[in-house]
This record gives sequence, C-alpha cells and structure tokens, in this order.
Amino acid sequence: MCSIDLPSRCCRLIALCLAGLPLLAVASWKAGDTLPELSGFELEGKLPGKLSGQVVLVDFWASWCGPCKASFPVMESLHKQYRGRGLVVLAVNADEKSAAMEKFLKQCPVTFAVVRDAAHKLVAAADVATMPTSFLVDRTGKVRFVHTGFHGEATRKLYEKEIELLLVESDGSPKP
Amino acid sequence: MKTKLLLLAAAAVLLATGCVNVKPWQRGTLAEPIMNPDRDPIGEAQAEHVFFSREAANGGRGVGGGGCGCN
Repeated sequence: MCSIDLPSRCCRLIALCLAGLPLLAVASWKAGDTLPELSGFELEGKLPGKLSGQVVLVDFWASWCGPCKASFPVMESLHKQYRGRGLVVLAVNADEKSAAMEKFLKQCPVTFAVVRDAAHKLVAAADVATMPTSFLVDRTGKVRFVHTGFHGEATRKLYEKEIELLLVESDGSPKP
Repeated sequence: MKTKLLLLAAAAVLLATGCVNVKPWQRGTLAEPIMNPDRDPIGEAQAEHVFFSREAANGGRGVGGGGCGCN
C-alpha cells in the first residue's frame, strides 16, 4: 500500500498499529489454563457446592442459539450418567434477559446447575469463539478440552471419551 | 510532509477503531427471527415483484419483464 517515497518508519508504524489490533481480542481460555474462581464473576443463580476435585463441564450457552438447544439433552444425559463418579455440569447462560433463559428452561428442563452471566463478565473472560462453547476441566482445576459448537452425536462421543479419561485421573495425570 | 504522514497514521488508527467485532454472546438481537430477510416467503416474493417492476429492469432478479409488473 505504501509507495516508495513514504518513509518506511511511518509505514511500519501504521502496519504495527493495524497488526496489533487483533491481539487485543485474543484472550480465550485454552487447554492448560486454570479455571478461575467462579464466585468472583457475579453470576446469578446457585453455583454447585464443590468444584475442586471434580471433573467440571462448563458450558456457555444462550436461549437464541439453536445448537445450544440441541446440546442440552446430551448434557443432561452426561450429567445423569457421570455425576455419581465426579462430573459436575455447569451451564452458564449469556442471555440479555433472564426471562428468555427461564422460558428456554421451561421448554428444556434440566437437573444440572444453570447460572446466568448477566454482566457477561465470565463469558468475556473465557472469550468464547462461538455459542455454545464448553470447557472440560480436570480434577486439578485445569482446562483440558475445549469444544466449540455442538455437532450432535460426534460431540457426544467426544464428551464421553474425554470425561471417562478425566474421571479416572486422580491428580490430573493419566493413570499408568 | 511529516505532519501529513502523522495525520495519515492517526487517521488509519482512528478508522481501525471503527471496526467492532460483535462477540458471539452479544448476538441475541441478530439471532431474532425479525432479522431474517427470508422469514416470510410470500412477502419476499411480493417485494421482489414490486422491486423489479418498479426498477423497470428487463430481466431484473432473473425474471423477464419490461417494467409493467405483468409477469
């Protein structure tokens, strides 16, 4: 874009400013990150009592998101299947209005924990790339797997495989 | 020359700040049915018919016609 007669310093300055902009937005949780203390995010609703030492599936969803709706029955069945072995499912709603979430939950009742991130603090901290996005956290509190979107049976199988793997770990390291 | 370059750099930076990414969790309004232009097929067909008739464009929107609205 810069013609030859423009000083290269100026071109570099402009290029640096433009290239640096996307970096401001990249801060999403990834495998290896530690799940932050959720009580500091002003979430509406009751958080599950004990998360430490458990395998946690944190799922970000919204009532207007079709794949989120499709994922709920799967998460409910995972919750029922694995809760006795140490899985905690936590669905974090990002709706603007609580009425939208409540309407959704009436149509799609679930028994796992649902909280609402009204201030969008947690979802912004996670900086999810799409809705839904879920994070599988191991017993040491580290994010181990990230799922973006929901792809039906394929995602369900992946969830089962990964949850089984994390449940048999006692301290975050795979069993020999 | 230097001032011009500085102004150019400032303009580039200011213009770049005008680019806003709507985050995935902020798309509730965009996801509402009213935002879908194809939500009403009959209304859409009528609007299309009126559009290409009024524009008097022969073959407008893939349909032959001279602007009379009769086909």
